Amino acid sequence: MPTQNIEEYLRDQGGKPTLRFLTCGSVDDGKSTLIGRLLYDSKLIFEDQLAALEADSKKLGTQGEDIDFALLVDGLAAEREQGITIDVAYRYFATDKRKFVVADTPGHEQYTRNMATGASTAELAVILIDARKGILTQTRRHSYIVTLFGIKDVLLAVNKMDLVDYDESTYRAIVASYEQFANELAELNVTAIPISALKGDNIIHASKNMPWYAGPTLLEALETVEVDTDVGGKAFRMPVQWVNRPDLNFRGYSGTIASGQIEPGTEVKILPSERTSVVARVVTYDGDLSTAGAGQAVTLVLADEVDVSRGDVICSVSEPAQLSDQFAVHLLWMSERALFPGRQYYLKTGTRTVPCVLTDLKHKINVNTLETQPAKRLELNEVGVGNISLSERIAFDPYRESRALGSFILIDRQTYATVGVGLFDFSLRRAQNVMWQALTVDKEHRAAIKHQKPCVVWLTGLSGSGKSTIANLLESRLHDLNRHTYVLDGDNIRHGLNRDLGFTEADRIENIRRIGETAKLMVDAGLITIVAFISPFRSERRMVRDLMCEGEFFEVFVDTPLDVCEARDTKGLYKRARAGEIRNFTGIDSVYEPPEAAEMVMHTETESAEESVERLLSSLQERGILTVD
Amino acid sequence: MGKPLTHLERLESESIHIMREVMAESENPVMLYSIGKDSSVMLHLAMKAFYPSKPPFPLLHVDTTWKFKEMIRFRDDRIKELGLELIVHINQAGVEQGVGPFSHGSQVHTDIMKTEALKQALDAHKFDAAFGGARRDEEKSRAKERVFSFRNAQHRWDPKNQRPELWQLYNGRVRPGESMRVFPLSNWTELDIWQYIYQQDIPIVGLYFAKNRPIVERDGMLILVDDDRLPMAEGEIPETRMVRFRTLGCYPLTGAMESHATDLPGIIEEMLVARTSEREGRAIDHDGASSMEKKKQDGYF
Repeated sequence: MPTQNIEEYLRDQGGKPTLRFLTCGSVDDGKSTLIGRLLYDSKLIFEDQLAALEADSKKLGTQGEDIDFALLVDGLAAEREQGITIDVAYRYFATDKRKFVVADTPGHEQYTRNMATGASTAELAVILIDARKGILTQTRRHSYIVTLFGIKDVLLAVNKMDLVDYDESTYRAIVASYEQFANELAELNVTAIPISALKGDNIIHASKNMPWYAGPTLLEALETVEVDTDVGGKAFRMPVQWVNRPDLNFRGYSGTIASGQIEPGTEVKILPSERTSVVARVVTYDGDLSTAGAGQAVTLVLADEVDVSRGDVICSVSEPAQLSDQFAVHLLWMSERALFPGRQYYLKTGTRTVPCVLTDLKHKINVNTLETQPAKRLELNEVGVGNISLSERIAFDPYRESRALGSFILIDRQTYATVGVGLFDFSLRRAQNVMWQALTVDKEHRAAIKHQKPCVVWLTGLSGSGKSTIANLLESRLHDLNRHTYVLDGDNIRHGLNRDLGFTEADRIENIRRIGETAKLMVDAGLITIVAFISPFRSERRMVRDLMCEGEFFEVFVDTPLDVCEARDTKGLYKRARAGEIRNFTGIDSVYEPPEAAEMVMHTETESAEESVERLLSSLQERGILTVD
Repeated sequence: MGKPLTHLERLESESIHIMREVMAESENPVMLYSIGKDSSVMLHLAMKAFYPSKPPFPLLHVDTTWKFKEMIRFRDDRIKELGLELIVHINQAGVEQGVGPFSHGSQVHTDIMKTEALKQALDAHKFDAAFGGARRDEEKSRAKERVFSFRNAQHRWDPKNQRPELWQLYNGRVRPGESMRVFPLSNWTELDIWQYIYQQDIPIVGLYFAKNRPIVERDGMLILVDDDRLPMAEGEIPETRMVRFRTLGCYPLTGAMESHATDLPGIIEEMLVARTSEREGRAIDHDGASSMEKKKQDGYF
């Protein structure tokens, strides 16, 4: 090929569009075989890879003397050993018409999260069906996940036609029943193709074995299917990633345009501040642009000195994104540790990360039958619908309108792992209508006439560790000093406010949430509030800490070892727990997570309660809790 | 209505987006710079991502002391030209023990001078995020790695416990001691890299172009005689052959290929008819089918 042709070729290649698609189907459907076949038939497997593949096929293959294409895509050692696909793998190939990015995703129910991962960036899904088995539970599951994540185009690949003697009526029956089922789901454009991935029928070349089929081969369909790209068709949105400030003379806002178009002179609105400005420049390394659109990474310079920071969204003025802090959402849980309403997480959407709490779990959805079921928590791979509350208002669009502004991930506050993902369905009107009632007399005023600074002294520790004794003593001492106090004691509260709650994990979380809110009201009333609660989970204690203002939460770890508490057993509870009469007893069959950075630790074995309380009092004194002039 | 982005434009935007997310979410990022073509593209993208600012992080080159001389020269020229900060780290303990590919074998050499050295450098500077130029199309286990790849305090990768990565919502949070390896070129293929280098006119090391070079052939691998540390067998004499390199690493471990491609279109043309993958020339990848996965678990990039 002479140089001139190469240059032509490169221009050609560089200008090709991309199609990102995912394949879903179970091991037995031949999904990996299909991708291996696509790569092999489009000559994208190199000789050394083929040599390795032939060697692997002999050792681990499931196809006798034939090459096992699945081994080409199952990259992890565990996958090759077990003959299954565990994780999402990305593959790349190109034809004369398009470039393709394939997300190869596992089909088993326990890998629903991986399938969702592949679906989140795909524009089309190839759903495989085994012609011998027809539509199975898993087909319904795959189709549901695909539509949930916003994919509108499906290629239904009816595979293993060779094993049903390429029978047309078998194929027609499967397609008919799939179409009936697909109608129940959101709008879905379905193209069905009978194939054999193993033998290569209708993959790249039209099958000679199925003269009754006149439609496109799988590759032809992938090359020609029109997907909903929606370029520049939607209102302008750009989440700000990074404030670009090389020197005093330049201040720009870097980000990737999520939708719409922009040019110098366009008026924009910044959310959540709702300030407006005008785009002065669209800056890139390759020079300023006269116009920029969806997908482009740019740096915007605004005409006015408005305060914009990471996490803000720059929007079209006429059609801005919505603002809310309360949402109805769909959630897919991805962690081994279940999701409970009331527990706090970080929510990341666009470029903004804020604390959030699931306030209500309405129901979960059986991904196999699509039936809804009541639920108190979400386990790994479960899909649920609920309400979520954020600590501040954010800009968003419903997911069905914008993947970029309608999607979010949930991050565990201790491990920082990504534990779940979700889609904003709509804003709960409540958030816009319920305003804070502003009061003339505030917390500071109430506290001032008591000559104290309100706070929460939160005593945590095992049952029998001495929390109530210390709380009682502390309150007496403070009372002697003319301080206004109140003690919230675990046992006492469970007789009243929380008597509807049991001891399951979900109830314990709700228990602490109510106590936290009650303590907050008391702090607001100006009181030194003493709380004596086992409060075994770090995340709940943290949730309460976050409810308070800086310096108002004083965590005291009453660190009495389990054997000492058990030996004391003042209420006889350990004995009963050991006998199996009490379930979920902290320290016995339910965990206690000690604080990592408590303001104070008390060792009741080596220090008397009086000594502990004196130490606590002087610490409160030092922090200015007791004397305010 | 705008027109859809082309394949390369989409890849470029995606990489820039990833780099900016790292910059915003990590405390102390660094960019691994290995001087090869992928690193050259990554550096070019970093220049774009933060413009008009310079990339707001240093580059790190882990020098095994066995790199091609021409690579080191290219590195120093390039850094000076762009006015960036470069940290060069060499495992001094390894140097003192005289570790090298001939005395200790390729595996030990790579372990100590590359993987160990990298961990030393990351620990010493307390980097909590490190960009690498790896691509998913390079190798099977890479195809399964996240863009933001979490490493524990021992720098280990756990393929069975990776953070889910959906949409463009990357989670870069780590606790003290833990870190992220970030791969902005994850979705690029070898052909994309060459096309982009051509389109953007990105400088690359001369070793990628065919030239007459002194070569010895060993077990079918063409080794460049880059300095006098290459031990010669009895009666072995280097011969001049027209060769180029498809990837670059330590010179005794990187095989050359015979070629007449003296410019980019020539390289791309040869690539289009190539029948072997680019890592074929790398000795360290042939230590077993899962060897890359194993090395990555131990902290290799």
